[in-house]
Amino acid sequence: MASHATHVHTPPSGFIRKYIFSMDHKVIGIQYYFLALFSVFVGMTLSVLMRFHMVYPDAKVGFFETLWPTGAPGGVMTPELYLSLMTMHGTIMVFFVLTTAPQGGFGNYFLPIQIGAEDMAFPFLNMLSFWTTFVALMVLMAAFFVQGGAPLGGWTAYAPLSALGEIAGPGQGKGMNLWIISIALFCGASLMGAINFISTLIDLRVPGMTLMRMPLTCWAWFVTAILSLLGFAVLLAAGVLLLMDRMVGTSFFLPAGLVVNDQILNHKGGSPLLWQHLFWFFGHPEVYIAILPGMGLASNILSVFARKTIFGYRAMVYAILGIGFLGFVVWGHHMFISGMNPYTAIAFSVMTMAIGVPSAIKTFNWIGTLWGAQIRLTTAMLFALGFVSLFVSGGISGIFLGQPGLDLYLHDTYFVVGHFHMIMGVAAIFGMFAGTFFWFPKASGRMMNETLGKIHFYATFIGVYAIFTPMHVLGIIGNPRRYADYKEFEFMGPAMSVHTFMTYAAIFTAAVQIIFVINLIWSMMKGAKAPDNPWEATSLEWSIPSPPPFDNFGGKHLTVHHGPYEYGVPGKAKDYVMQIDPE
Amino acid sequence: MLLALLNWVITLATVGLFAGKYWWFPEGINEHAHRYDGHFMTTLYITGVIFFLAQMSLGWTIFRYRSNGGRAAYVEGNNTMEVVWTVGAAVLFIGAVLMSTEIWTGVHMAETPADALTIELNAKQFAFNFRYAGADGKFGKTDIKQISDANGNPFGVDEKDPAGKDDVTSSAIRVPAGKPILLKMKSRDVIHNFFVRELRVKQDVVPGMEIPLHFQADKPGSYEVPCSELCGLGHHQMRSSLIVMPPADFEKWLKDEDQKLKQQ
Amino acid sequence: MALSETLQGPPPTSVEASGWGGDPGKQRRASITGVYVLFAAITMLFAAFTSAMVVRRGLGDDWTGFPLPGILWVSTAFILLSSVALELAQRALIHSAKDGRQQFARLWSLGTLLGLLFLGSQYMAWRQLQAAGVYVSSSPGSSFFYLLTVAHAVHVLGGVAALLYIEAQALLLQLGPAKRTAVEVCRLYWHFLAGLWVYLILVLKIWG
Repeated sequence: MASHATHVHTPPSGFIRKYIFSMDHKVIGIQYYFLALFSVFVGMTLSVLMRFHMVYPDAKVGFFETLWPTGAPGGVMTPELYLSLMTMHGTIMVFFVLTTAPQGGFGNYFLPIQIGAEDMAFPFLNMLSFWTTFVALMVLMAAFFVQGGAPLGGWTAYAPLSALGEIAGPGQGKGMNLWIISIALFCGASLMGAINFISTLIDLRVPGMTLMRMPLTCWAWFVTAILSLLGFAVLLAAGVLLLMDRMVGTSFFLPAGLVVNDQILNHKGGSPLLWQHLFWFFGHPEVYIAILPGMGLASNILSVFARKTIFGYRAMVYAILGIGFLGFVVWGHHMFISGMNPYTAIAFSVMTMAIGVPSAIKTFNWIGTLWGAQIRLTTAMLFALGFVSLFVSGGISGIFLGQPGLDLYLHDTYFVVGHFHMIMGVAAIFGMFAGTFFWFPKASGRMMNETLGKIHFYATFIGVYAIFTPMHVLGIIGNPRRYADYKEFEFMGPAMSVHTFMTYAAIFTAAVQIIFVINLIWSMMKGAKAPDNPWEATSLEWSIPSPPPFDNFGGKHLTVHHGPYEYGVPGKAKDYVMQIDPE
Repeated sequence: MLLALLNWVITLATVGLFAGKYWWFPEGINEHAHRYDGHFMTTLYITGVIFFLAQMSLGWTIFRYRSNGGRAAYVEGNNTMEVVWTVGAAVLFIGAVLMSTEIWTGVHMAETPADALTIELNAKQFAFNFRYAGADGKFGKTDIKQISDANGNPFGVDEKDPAGKDDVTSSAIRVPAGKPILLKMKSRDVIHNFFVRELRVKQDVVPGMEIPLHFQADKPGSYEVPCSELCGLGHHQMRSSLIVMPPADFEKWLKDEDQKLKQQ
Repeated sequence: MALSETLQGPPPTSVEASGWGGDPGKQRRASITGVYVLFAAITMLFAAFTSAMVVRRGLGDDWTGFPLPGILWVSTAFILLSSVALELAQRALIHSAKDGRQQFARLWSLGTLLGLLFLGSQYMAWRQLQAAGVYVSSSPGSSFFYLLTVAHAVHVLGGVAALLYIEAQALLLQLGPAKRTAVEVCRLYWHFLAGLWVYLILVLKIWG
């Protein structure tokens, strides 16, 4: 942690200091963003391979054998390969996409600017947090290349399966060790990032930028950082205990009397449920870490392009705080069926239903913001509106799953898979797309192509609904999760047509993402020059040049006079008042 | 506007998908299943209405309030509305879960009836094995060192224990229709899960724990049991059957199995 | 040149030249906030370990404790005294004008030495246990003992690195007002680790 009494902001020189080992929060934000972009393409490819296998499990595909000679002999994907692709898909998406871009990417870039600071509080720590994340990703990817391949226990790595080592299955040896080390590194990186975000937000706001004048993006990043701080520390603890069970013969998660592959094991009275408690104590806040920045961003973008102040700013702040706090007391809803005490299950379910309330409040306030508005349908706005639609759809299925009585059937079915993909795999991703279109002009000094943006939006919006809505119905038919294929089960016969539909929807949607990449790259090189404030928005980042100078405000000392959503203010010449406008 | 239209169409299609029940629960085979289905529908109606109204009004705002060069009204909020929809959501959500408590307690907090038939489950990578106490009504002691799948002793019944001589082991679970069952579940290696769709019941089987599961099946038939907790590369092939038999047929089956054991 | 200068350029020559809108106090305040935030994270880590221990203890009747090596009380003395030394050192730096820096250097060196002795005594405790045949996997109690003490020692190692850094700065007489925050943050971190140690040894004594 850099703890020098005075902070100096001299511009860096040399390519390496400017673009590789940079301590500038803007460069680091972009680095996180591109790490996430790379990761999402890897994760998406894995998911297409998974969807293909579920529908054509016996297909012989030449390049499978080339890539995975042991995992796909004769070009036919084995179940263990399928499960390892699934494990890596979940791990990469949850950690290296949803926990990087929204916070480390957009947050790093725009939090300091939105509160008037020249940089994050600890620029050296910031740089360290990105490069640690990068190393963590490299370590994770290495799991594909070691003997036995990547682990197959899912991103949730339940013990004993994850603690037993090689005897539990291929990939559970070296691959699993690399997985744990990667996650432990990721925990460290997240903790460093959280320290930076919290300190920056508390101490580096300029005069006039009171907490209640911060854009909702800042509130979201703040609460997300607190969730990260407390949650990742517990995941780190769990990872250490798991590594010890695997490597030094302890029995934190391994009970006595295990017989695996005809071998009697010597462990002493550990608890598989302990892993689940520790993991989900982190895991539930994690999903709020994934969605809160998107919610803040949706609020922000909706207000800008509705040309109308956010409906219920205070309620929105309380909702973010409520979600953050309640997010820590609902983890047991992942464990209703685990063998946990049934009374505890009831307690968790009441809290889980309670957390639906602030989410509902936010949705109503978004609609309230749009009511009577003057909507400008830019691509950023389309994605923000799409976010709201998908958040409603994804959140609604939570009402079923939060009730243990209903979870008795729906647990570990595709109902759950549909629920979390709708929320994380789509709504949160739409938040990232919205952020890209919104802030690209500021960060690059160029505009993105609106036509390509709109085509990409509509195709993706239709595509994701096509992929994930049917999953809920598959859950109702009882479709279990994490099955490499369904050949053994008669009841799955009628479901195969649904699976085929979803597979083609997935291939279509994945292919359509190319339009986004083309738009991004082309615009970076040839996009039209962007003015300082193309969207006529009010927060601090729109009062500086596009792209910003290295110290954001060019040495100016700012004072903030207004709240962040002064749109449609009566009696003013323009329909917006910037936060730093004098009166 | 295209997005409004799209949102409405998707909403209607989704409502239709659920209302049409093209892919739906299998018919329940006990009282619990009927209560389950009833509450599922209640939740579906509540969420369906919320879903429909929220998505329709979202679409409406996109359609109705497109920019026309004017200025939007400056509305900071409405505290009354905030209170109304906060309380409303709380009542609906928490009310729903409280209504469902009976379904949960019925499975997990019920007293074991005196006449319940006790069956033991031992799950392993990648098979379910069930054990019946046989004519003497007692389960023989087990010893993990005597586990031998090859010799038909997946439970490791201690050959020195006479009570175990008449224990019947089976890879399918057979039960008499209309009788309460107590399934005592154990796992040998990793976490597995016992799930029968028609019973509307699912429970993880955890190594190091013995987890009791109460159920009753009223309709004879054979029902598939898919393992529902990732347990390794054979997870998708870990299958058993719940075979519900008229009580007389069940008694006959158990007697026949006992005979076979005596002859060994 | 110090590492910090290589990375961030030479220190500013006037208050105006420093960042944060011309308010040098901001970096100081942010650093103090940052270290307290770090405490929250470390607390959660050890809370998770503690809860794992409590759960494990309650799981069955196979929990066997074992007598804590006596040297652990010496460890406790070392870390508490080291905390006191650092506290006095900080006060010397702030309150005495003339020989404040010399006082500081002496006390800080004492604190650093005691910190190193703490680590040394920890190492001896582990060796003693191993000589008695108590390894990390010997029993659930011993697993937690090694887990908690090693995890704490790893954090102390980081703390010692920070102490040595300040030590080097003090010896090179580069402890101007700009470095006061570094001293304050290190000392706070060290107090936290001392407090954490007291908590851990009580947990191990009472529940071990």
